[in-house]
Amino acid sequence: MAEPMGFFTDTTVCIGCKACEVACKEWNQLPSTNGGANTLSGHSYDNTRQLDGIHWRHVKFVEQFDDDRHGGRWLMMSDVCKHCVQAGCLEVCPTGAIIRTEFDTVVIQSNVCNGCRDCIAACPFGVIGLNPVSGTAQKCTLCYDRMQVGLTPACAKACPTESIKFGPIKDLRQTARARVEKLHALGRSRAALYGEDETILGGLNSFYLLEDRPEVYGLPAHPKLPSRNLIPSSLWSGLGAVLVGLVGLVSFRQRRMEEIRGKGREETRDV
Amino acid sequence: MSDTFFTAPPHWQWLVILYFFFGGLAGGSYVIAVLADFFGDASDRRLARLGYYVALPAVIIGGLLLTADLTRPDRFWHMLVMSERGRPLFKSWSPMSVGSWGLMVFGGFAFLSFLAVLAESGRAPAALSGLRHGRLGRIIGALGGLSGFFLAGYTGVLLAVTNRPIWSDTPLLGLLFLVSAASISAAALILLGLWQGVGSHSIARLSHMDGWLIVLELLVLIAFVASLGSVARVWVSAWGVLLLLGVVLAGLVVPLALHWRPRLLGGLSAPAAAVLVLVGGLVLRVVIVLAAEAV
Repeated sequence: MAEPMGFFTDTTVCIGCKACEVACKEWNQLPSTNGGANTLSGHSYDNTRQLDGIHWRHVKFVEQFDDDRHGGRWLMMSDVCKHCVQAGCLEVCPTGAIIRTEFDTVVIQSNVCNGCRDCIAACPFGVIGLNPVSGTAQKCTLCYDRMQVGLTPACAKACPTESIKFGPIKDLRQTARARVEKLHALGRSRAALYGEDETILGGLNSFYLLEDRPEVYGLPAHPKLPSRNLIPSSLWSGLGAVLVGLVGLVSFRQRRMEEIRGKGREETRDV
Repeated sequence: MSDTFFTAPPHWQWLVILYFFFGGLAGGSYVIAVLADFFGDASDRRLARLGYYVALPAVIIGGLLLTADLTRPDRFWHMLVMSERGRPLFKSWSPMSVGSWGLMVFGGFAFLSFLAVLAESGRAPAALSGLRHGRLGRIIGALGGLSGFFLAGYTGVLLAVTNRPIWSDTPLLGLLFLVSAASISAAALILLGLWQGVGSHSIARLSHMDGWLIVLELLVLIAFVASLGSVARVWVSAWGVLLLLGVVLAGLVVPLALHWRPRLLGGLSAPAAAVLVLVGGLVLRVVIVLAAEAV
């Protein structure tokens, strides 16, 4: 296996130009929204709105203004699939369309996906969406095709401020930690990394430098794997089956109720 | 704020809701038929037959609904077979993968039992009636019944094994769907039984069963809402009103009153209660699925 590769996105230098979004759309030949009709979100300067099947990069604008608009701040963050080391989408995919590549990234094979959309519900970050052209679930591939021939992903290549850095995860971690130290030394004490270590889903191969709580950027503080519910939910359902079986048994054997009460539990176990 | 609020909806809507309903009806009807066959007396055989007659068409409708819900229905078989290697694909940790196989396995048993009851009524070779009798019949009934329980409950587990609000905020959805599936199946068989004249004896047993299932479902529903914790605030909405009026009141409390006080509506009590249970079962699935979609 090749070395784990990924993105480190330093939101402190993002200027919101959306060159990454454009480069991503160009390279991956993603269709436009509403057939190219110009639609405005109406509540933000951001008109991309969200990550989905035709937006694999999304520069989020966090616009925080006072009511009288005297004070305010902009936070900008180029969001993308996190390529989780423990990936919820990969877990639930029933067709095997979602795979882990030799670069430790997570890719949806569009020729295998049948559009059941379980991965969309499973992703803790709301990254995946349907691409109406292919009819399949799609998201960032970390430019798997470019990586296989040694090229940098389109978004990182296009980023004019190097907010998006691409490289081997271990190098990116070093860079990121050094950057946080530097910001702390400058008095920007809220600077912190999100997803750079194993605490979040075993590590995010696309991790971030943030200057506020993750929720402010629309990121969950403690994302979880869908499989956490598998065993408890199955056990409760099993209990339900036993209870329904007992109700049925009692209902159809009313005449022999006395006998059942007397002889008892061995029989009910046989259900 | 729950971490589940940062996720995106999968747009599982009416086709999936109807699948949950028909899948529950298929699994539940088969289970009730097996219970009647195994534990009832000779007078319950006609009722059991009705259960097998319901299970197969319901599971076929369910499978078609699921296929139609895929955005690439032509690739429905990718659920079962690795599309590029041609080998079987089974992921025990993915409820949708297990569910696809469960649907096939249940469909197989439902088909065998359907053949048996067809044979008994003279519409298929008589030898096939052995599929419901003797040791072979017992084995088919037991395994089919287990797969019926699976089909009735796994859909709730499927919703839980995601990261969506409501669905993944509780471990009780599988239990809720399973109990509800048994209840709507009893209700459907009461209606069909009255129509086909299976005998008051069998209807009384089904009615007794559904009464207790409704009580159980009410308890599970309360536990379900309580288990949501802070996420329960999603019910402060039109969906909450629908849950309260459409499911709790119309689908559970009123039918329960009719089961316990059959004189309320005279001869209409049993069919009215059954219709309300069926509607309540559908509305339950509508509310659970669409309330999460709306977040």
